[in-house]
Amino acid sequence: MLMPRRLFQTTLLAGAVAAALSSHAQATELTVYTAVESDDLQKYAERFNAAHPDTTINWVRDSTGVITARLLAEKNNPQADVIWGLAATSLLLLEEEGLLERYAPAGVENLDPKFVDVAYQSGEDPAWVGMDAWVAAICYNTIEGERQGVPMPTSWEDLTQPEFQGHVIMPNPNSSGTGYLDVASWLQLWGEEQGWDYMDRLHNNISRYTHSGSAPCSLAATGEAVVGVSFAFRGARLKSQGAPIEVVFPEEGLGWDMEAAGIVEGTDKLDAAQTLMDWIVSREANELYNEGYAVVAYPGVAQPIENYPSDITDRMIDADFQWAAVNRERVLAEWQRRYDGKTEQ
Amino acid sequence: MTASLLSKSLLRRDAAVSPEALIRLLVLLAGMALLVVGLLFPLFAMLVKSVQDRSGDFIGLANFIRYFQTPALVNSIANSLSVALMATVTVVSLAFVCAYGITRTCMPGKRLFRMLAILPILAPSLLPAISLVYLFGNQGFLRDVLAGHSIYGPIGIVMGMSFWIFPHALMLLTTALTNSDARLYEAAEALGTPKWRTFLTITLPGVRYGLISCLFVVFTLAITDFGVPKIIGGQFSVLATDVYRQVVGQQNFQMGAVVSVILLLPAVLSFIVDRWIQRRQVAQLSARAVPWQPTPSPLRDWTFALLCYTVAGIILLVIGTAVYASLIQFWPYNLSFTLQHYTFQGLGGGGWGAWFNSLKLAFSVALIGTLVIFFNAWLIEKSEGYRPLRQGLHFMAMLPMAVPGMVLGLAYIFFFNQAGNPLNWLYGTMAILVLNTLVHFYTVCHLTSVTALKQLDPEFEAVGASLKVPFWTTFSRVTLPVSLPAVLDISVYLFVNAMTTVSAVVFLYNSDTRLASVAVLHLDEAGYFSSAAAMAVLIFLTSLVVKLLHSALTHVLLNNAQRWRQAG
Repeated sequence: MLMPRRLFQTTLLAGAVAAALSSHAQATELTVYTAVESDDLQKYAERFNAAHPDTTINWVRDSTGVITARLLAEKNNPQADVIWGLAATSLLLLEEEGLLERYAPAGVENLDPKFVDVAYQSGEDPAWVGMDAWVAAICYNTIEGERQGVPMPTSWEDLTQPEFQGHVIMPNPNSSGTGYLDVASWLQLWGEEQGWDYMDRLHNNISRYTHSGSAPCSLAATGEAVVGVSFAFRGARLKSQGAPIEVVFPEEGLGWDMEAAGIVEGTDKLDAAQTLMDWIVSREANELYNEGYAVVAYPGVAQPIENYPSDITDRMIDADFQWAAVNRERVLAEWQRRYDGKTEQ
Repeated sequence: MTASLLSKSLLRRDAAVSPEALIRLLVLLAGMALLVVGLLFPLFAMLVKSVQDRSGDFIGLANFIRYFQTPALVNSIANSLSVALMATVTVVSLAFVCAYGITRTCMPGKRLFRMLAILPILAPSLLPAISLVYLFGNQGFLRDVLAGHSIYGPIGIVMGMSFWIFPHALMLLTTALTNSDARLYEAAEALGTPKWRTFLTITLPGVRYGLISCLFVVFTLAITDFGVPKIIGGQFSVLATDVYRQVVGQQNFQMGAVVSVILLLPAVLSFIVDRWIQRRQVAQLSARAVPWQPTPSPLRDWTFALLCYTVAGIILLVIGTAVYASLIQFWPYNLSFTLQHYTFQGLGGGGWGAWFNSLKLAFSVALIGTLVIFFNAWLIEKSEGYRPLRQGLHFMAMLPMAVPGMVLGLAYIFFFNQAGNPLNWLYGTMAILVLNTLVHFYTVCHLTSVTALKQLDPEFEAVGASLKVPFWTTFSRVTLPVSLPAVLDISVYLFVNAMTTVSAVVFLYNSDTRLASVAVLHLDEAGYFSSAAAMAVLIFLTSLVVKLLHSALTHVLLNNAQRWRQAG
């Protein structure tokens, strides 16, 4: 009948149970930070586990900006073991901060050199390896376009025309990797002055900036917007699902970034992390990436994908990731200063 | 340190200390410790953070100065105030009409209306926002009603907030309008006072405290709400979403702390005003008052029935829209029905696992929270001695009401994620979510407990003491069983809130402890609108089932175990 004691035992017990439930440690568990589209995470883990069943992957997924900021914030007390599927611009930044453990995965020599940390060419172990290219695209809702008298755009410049006013949605580059690759590619295509001038004019037509890079295309697909600045993967997938959209690849050139992977410096599960990295560069893994992305790191693997143009590689701009990484903070601050009032909450 | 000093001085006063009294002191101190660790320390950590720079050095008010120099941030203050005021006016006037219908007319179907009116409480505040997009968005079937205005922004925010805050206001105003003195109305009638004049000179003054209190409660709920502006705010930023954007979007914790402090101000202010009013209200109704009973008046009754059922119809429409949205293949282009959005397959956010976590959280909070809060309230209300300590605990129990969820959640990051905090291990566990939710909703449960306990005869404890039965036996054998209806009310309140809340826990979950309410947010962020609707509906249905079970259980209890109530 000692009610208070029992009561506090219950409290403690519940706490202990909750704590135990949250750390069911059996096989090696890797905490993997990622910005890969959540549609695919389960598939990625399953394919890896088919080859290596003894390693469990605990995904921590968020949009590129959030994951990058989180890795930087945890610099002194890293929580992640591996990063698998984050923008190369972000990994360059992390490398500069000394957050990545250099490692040459078995088979890295098979990859297209463009997709591997340049340090590898000068004999060092690479800090990161690329997986696939993720390409900017515009999702255009054909039904809404016709109804509201908004023509299908063919170029980036089209989006600044008066008939697009209030019909364009794009991701906020502060939180979204897609948003940043758009901004970075415009600045590289046209130079800083003209790039910002373009964004000033574009800003007048934007109805809002979203948190994620997928949302603009989803909003175009459901007719909430006519034009969503997004990326090819999401557009192709939504179109396959029956959305009345056209995926437009603007003629000035396509900005792109690379999804890449690396080991977090100081992980106490180095063996498992290296095993994962070996698999990440494998042919099998690249075939997996190719299910969603038209351009992958392993030469000769890529098969054409539904709703992607066949000449997509030629239309990708000559992106300078080093520039995008080094200038990231400055560009984002400037962007925020100019346009932040219109960001979606 | 202070605690031991305090206990020493207290011990010295009661010269002969029985072991029982010592245990009483210890549990009182434990109750105090819970609120100190779960509320005061985190809030303090947050205040400290707001005057530090990124590397943790003290920089005075520099963060605040920067805040007030950034137009994008400062605008949110005016935005927050304006939508909160609009929502307050909308909600309180609607709720007043409906509460008047319930208490002062003979309108038909009162019971049914009250049941329908309570439904919004069972849904996360994200649900109305999602529904509004389907109703008034660019593809919505009612979009023409807005005459070209966008639902993304203040209009949508005010509508969404009004939906979920309405039941709170209705309950407060129904209570206020129930207390009436028929003698005043008889006198008015005898003097031939016109009806409108009776309303202005008797009815309104009679409920003025309840009304003012309701205004402040609604305003606080509105200005601190996060779910609705997050989903439907579009480019219209408010304080609560700024906290989220600073912290989650940009990992700028210092600025997040600054916005939190600013968000805390209106909440604390209205809390103080409300407390002050509550104190004045005590002597309003004299013991000789005779409750007023409405007499049938067809025109009036049917007018109010029409108004009330219009409101109920809107509530059903909003919930129905969310259900519909979750069942449609591909809105708005493929309207065939499907259950596929309920699989949450490979969409992130945690899917059914998140729902299961939410259940775990809700049951833990309901169980632990009810026992802890009710037991603490009993110690405060019914035990002897340690008066300053009991009063202190009561005061602390009132504080959580003044702390917005966003602020509490962020404060927990600052406090529990500090290197060197011995409680650091709690961070990222289910236990911290339980603690946070318990503290977040402490006050209402505490007040319910106190009200229930005040109705009990103090003789129970006196008899127990004279029989030399330890206090915990009296509590578990007599007080707890006798107060079972109130205890069940508290547990279901905690359960439903733990299921639906998103504001505090959005900062505290990790990959193992994702919650259904947070999943709604993430699914919507990623553009999976139908699945977000499905998850919101799932939360609603879960709360509804628990609420129905609770009603059935209370009914059985009142009929059987509580038969003594009628006997007296």
